Amino acid sequence: MLPPVFGVLFDGIAYGMLLFLMSVGLSVTLGLMNFVNLAHCAFAMVGGYVAVLLIRNFGWPFFGTLPMAFLVAAVVSILFERVLYRPLYRRSDLDQVLLTIGITFVSVAAAAYFFGTQQQPIELPNYMRGSYHVMGLDIGVYRLFLIAVSAVITILLIGTIELTRFGAQVRAAVDNQRMASGLGINVERTFAITFALGSGLAGLGGALAIEIVGLDPNFAFTYLIYVLIVVAVGGLGSIAGSLAAAVLIGVSDIAGKYYVPQLGAFLIYLVMLAVLMWRPTGLAGRR
Amino acid sequence: MPVTAQMGLEPVGYLKAQTRWGAAETLFWLATPLPFYFLPAYLQLASQIAITALFALSLDLIVGYAGIVSLGHAAFFGTGAYAAGLFSKFVWGEPLTGLIVGAMVSSLVGYATSFIIARFRHLALIMLTLGFGLLLGAAANSASWLTGGSDGLQGVNIWPLLGRFNWDVYGYTAYGYSLVVLFVLFLFARRLIHSPFGLALRGIRENFLRMPAIGAPSRAHIRTAYTISAAMAGVAGALIAQTTQTVALDSLGFERSAEILIMVVLGGAGRLYGGLIGALVFMIARDQFSGIEPEHWYFWIGVLLVAVVVFLPNGILGGLSRFVAHWRAK
Amino acid sequence: MSAPALSTRQLSKRFDSLVVARDIALELPVGARYALIGPNGAGKTTLINLMTGMLAPDAGRIFLCENDITGLEPQERVRRGLARTFQINTLFAGLNALEAVTLAVCERRGLSREFWRNVAVHKEAIDEAHDILVKLRLGEICYQPTRELPYGRQRLLEIALALATRPKVLLLDEPAAGVPPEESSDIFEVVAGLSTDLALLFIEHDMHVVFRFATQIIVMVGGTVFAEGSPAEIAAHPGVREVYLGTRKHG
Repeated sequence: MLPPVFGVLFDGIAYGMLLFLMSVGLSVTLGLMNFVNLAHCAFAMVGGYVAVLLIRNFGWPFFGTLPMAFLVAAVVSILFERVLYRPLYRRSDLDQVLLTIGITFVSVAAAAYFFGTQQQPIELPNYMRGSYHVMGLDIGVYRLFLIAVSAVITILLIGTIELTRFGAQVRAAVDNQRMASGLGINVERTFAITFALGSGLAGLGGALAIEIVGLDPNFAFTYLIYVLIVVAVGGLGSIAGSLAAAVLIGVSDIAGKYYVPQLGAFLIYLVMLAVLMWRPTGLAGRR
Repeated sequence: MPVTAQMGLEPVGYLKAQTRWGAAETLFWLATPLPFYFLPAYLQLASQIAITALFALSLDLIVGYAGIVSLGHAAFFGTGAYAAGLFSKFVWGEPLTGLIVGAMVSSLVGYATSFIIARFRHLALIMLTLGFGLLLGAAANSASWLTGGSDGLQGVNIWPLLGRFNWDVYGYTAYGYSLVVLFVLFLFARRLIHSPFGLALRGIRENFLRMPAIGAPSRAHIRTAYTISAAMAGVAGALIAQTTQTVALDSLGFERSAEILIMVVLGGAGRLYGGLIGALVFMIARDQFSGIEPEHWYFWIGVLLVAVVVFLPNGILGGLSRFVAHWRAK
Repeated sequence: MSAPALSTRQLSKRFDSLVVARDIALELPVGARYALIGPNGAGKTTLINLMTGMLAPDAGRIFLCENDITGLEPQERVRRGLARTFQINTLFAGLNALEAVTLAVCERRGLSREFWRNVAVHKEAIDEAHDILVKLRLGEICYQPTRELPYGRQRLLEIALALATRPKVLLLDEPAAGVPPEESSDIFEVVAGLSTDLALLFIEHDMHVVFRFATQIIVMVGGTVFAEGSPAEIAAHPGVREVYLGTRKHG
């Protein structure tokens, strides 16, 4: 028999994986372009609503919606990148913050207009529900699935970044943009692709999150805060850092809610402040 | 102002001329009592606008002058509001003392956090101000035995102003009080901007990296500015607590922080009147649209933000001065 | 002989495996007019960054008038009399020249914490700032925002800002970088006219300028001092000709 702390740890890790999917894109694009994109979770929300729409109105199976959530979020993000973000790369962080908060406001309003302000529950396939009882713990099947999906994506991501030519370009651009463009790397294109990939992953995260945290129009703001915390704690531009930070924040949040519910979200803010005091550039930050 | 007109001036005369009251400025303040006579039904709103303008002015000091982008400035607004509210409930209901208490508690919190704030720039700074604001919001929520939690602080009891003016339902006292406090603190801010310290703040905004090379202790300057700004936000919070006789939990919230930043940028950051104009436009617009669904309101706010950033990078006042310069050049 | 205005001992710095400064020992006497030359990447700007505290050395010590300043913050060194200019304009774009130099003077005079009085009451500080600007031929354009000034004037403003700190030692990082040759000598005329109480070290690539204005030349190569001597000695130094001119041919 294992004490309940392992159950908390398991739930926390599953939750952390979700946060990782939603935040890794922002971390990499921030490291790449220093663009403060507070609309990142609006793209995650797009993924969530795509899943809801496909399941409800078109009877798609849950699994079928996941690639679509990724794809639609990525495509939408490319449009925004082209039209609104690109002219602002050289502007102040204040301008970037305002533009992307504005986009988030619009996305929240649009979601409320089309889908209403209520929660959007979805039906999971039967085999995704329920849980295994292992040594006195309830291991939720869906959470296990979440961890597995995230593990696969992490491996794919790290493989892409470390082993492929595109990954080398991304790394070079994160390291030193001027040098990279001097070497003939098209930094803008690299950024656009990374941005789309990151937003796609956020969209996937948004779809996967419905079962765990629900989906309503405020999602874009509520989880923005979590995502920003993960990015700040993990350090810009680092996949491993984001992963570690996401797990740390996920576990802290679940543990806080389980052991000291009266503190609410207090604990993760404390964790964030503590990490930033200790390492101002985050766990994996270099500068 | 055209440069040629000042060419003949001595340096001291030139710097003095920079601080002289302009016609537009004088007119602006002369117009502020007009609601007493022409819009008596809107005095409560006018009072809210004056208070919000003070809050925006406090944020403009750090965003527009010291270059610190804060997404958590409501922390100080809320702190001042709770401090003044609780002070009146448990200790003493005299409003001016309450203002001072609000300012002091906020500036203490501001001073304590400024040591962290001054160490960071850019994203880490945005995150820290955001995190700190959320932290205080969560703290106020969990300390509901003291703050009343999401029901708001009850039992705020403010004595008549100066022992004479009762808090009437129309808001005569509320607006008069808020307006005078706003004006006094505006004079203070105006003086600060034109002081050597204000010059140093503009230096920090224009080139943070150069400051140490001219021997400037930038971090100490940032700490001072942040503390002063926190105190002013605290006064604004105390005013809202006193004139509405309650404190809502959202006075500390993220939405409040985001809104006030929007107002500053809408009006034009770093222009002294930017926050004031921004608050005026924003609050009137919200009042006019109060009948519509909140999501529609947020939709238009979002569109407005995008439009301001894309088309009016220096806010309303920046756009106006560009327009005037263009018109004069013809 | 009096103590040097600025000296370094065994100053070293490396970035990972790249050594940018190795055992640098220099002495700048009062009134010095020293030139620091060397091929690109020799570590000249790095040396200025180390001396002014913008980079922390791995080893070695820095002395300003015999006081150890190795552990001091950059602004503290400035207040003790060690000023610098930047190779790439590092100015206050939105301030005009008068405001910028007044700011620097106010910082030196300890007035910059004063938030309750108008800056215009400090007549002496403002006049001092204006005098510096006039001396640097910036008097008539001192009300124009910095970003609107012609490039050559901006280079002079770099020097004006440094002078406003009333330095004992002034380090000029390519004061005429990017300025056309005919204006470049204007800038160096200004530099040459500075007070002889001031110890001056400047980085410069133009050998005509170096030989005309420097009383002593320091040659850096690969993070070390390769040679030091009077212009005549350096001109006759066979190694310098080979290393320096040889590299220039490629660069």
